[in-house]
Amino acid sequence: MTPPEPEATFDLSRFLSEARDGHTVALGLAYVDSGADWCELALAYDRRLVSDATSGILASGPIVSLMDMATTMAIWAKRGGVRPHATLDLRLDYLRPARPGNTVHGRAECYRLTRRVAFVRGIAHDGDAGDPVAHVAGTFMLLDV
Amino acid sequence: MSAVTLLPYADFLGISISGTKDGAPLLVMPFSEGLIGAPGRLHGGAIAGLLEIAAIAAIDATLDEPADARSIFKPITVTVDFMRMGKLIDTFACGEVVRVGGRIANVAVTAWQEGADRPIAAARMNLAISPKAEG
Repeated sequence: MTPPEPEATFDLSRFLSEARDGHTVALGLAYVDSGADWCELALAYDRRLVSDATSGILASGPIVSLMDMATTMAIWAKRGGVRPHATLDLRLDYLRPARPGNTVHGRAECYRLTRRVAFVRGIAHDGDAGDPVAHVAGTFMLLDV
Repeated sequence: MSAVTLLPYADFLGISISGTKDGAPLLVMPFSEGLIGAPGRLHGGAIAGLLEIAAIAAIDATLDEPADARSIFKPITVTVDFMRMGKLIDTFACGEVVRVGGRIANVAVTAWQEGADRPIAAARMNLAISPKAEG
């Protein structure tokens, strides 16, 4: 199998900042860094995203969105372009609540790419990557093959 | 079924309770621009958020004191399967409490758009049950 040619204009760092609407803009997801097969995004703390107004603890749902997007962009990093795929399944293990007020980072890697399926994994943490708030594992179906 | 309130994140997604289905709260997430992922499709994260909220609402509805639900049930794992792409229309979800044991609650939840027999996504959730606070 020949790897697809990287797109000449492809710049993962600009994808989120150039979006004008949609779910990533609503959540305020920001690009942090990426490499050949990984991507890290950040979700700033926002009181609208909490599970309980008293505790101020972030709901688990926004962390799913963060990790869905970080894993998606890890696949684009590995494939060298913004190519269509669909989430097949996504599993999150919530290890502990994120600390209220902290930005949550989502770092994901695409550890295996087959002709039709991308396998991803990653962690979410709120400051210390050695003490994650969640682990994620998932698969995506590639739609352009 | 007791009165159920939703979490602040539900307001962010525009989710409300529109009725009941098989004894559990039926939730609706009306289409809005903030839910869009890839062009022409809902974001998978928004659909997953709806599923989690519906799962917790289903447990909430079984309790005598519904306001306690989110301090008692903490999500441990969620596994989401996506079956169809989410169209730019309203999405519905309803959870089924499979078992509430001494320590763990297990909930199955489904989301659909054009009929409950055509699910777009489904999830299973395991939640830890905290002992009630002393008092």
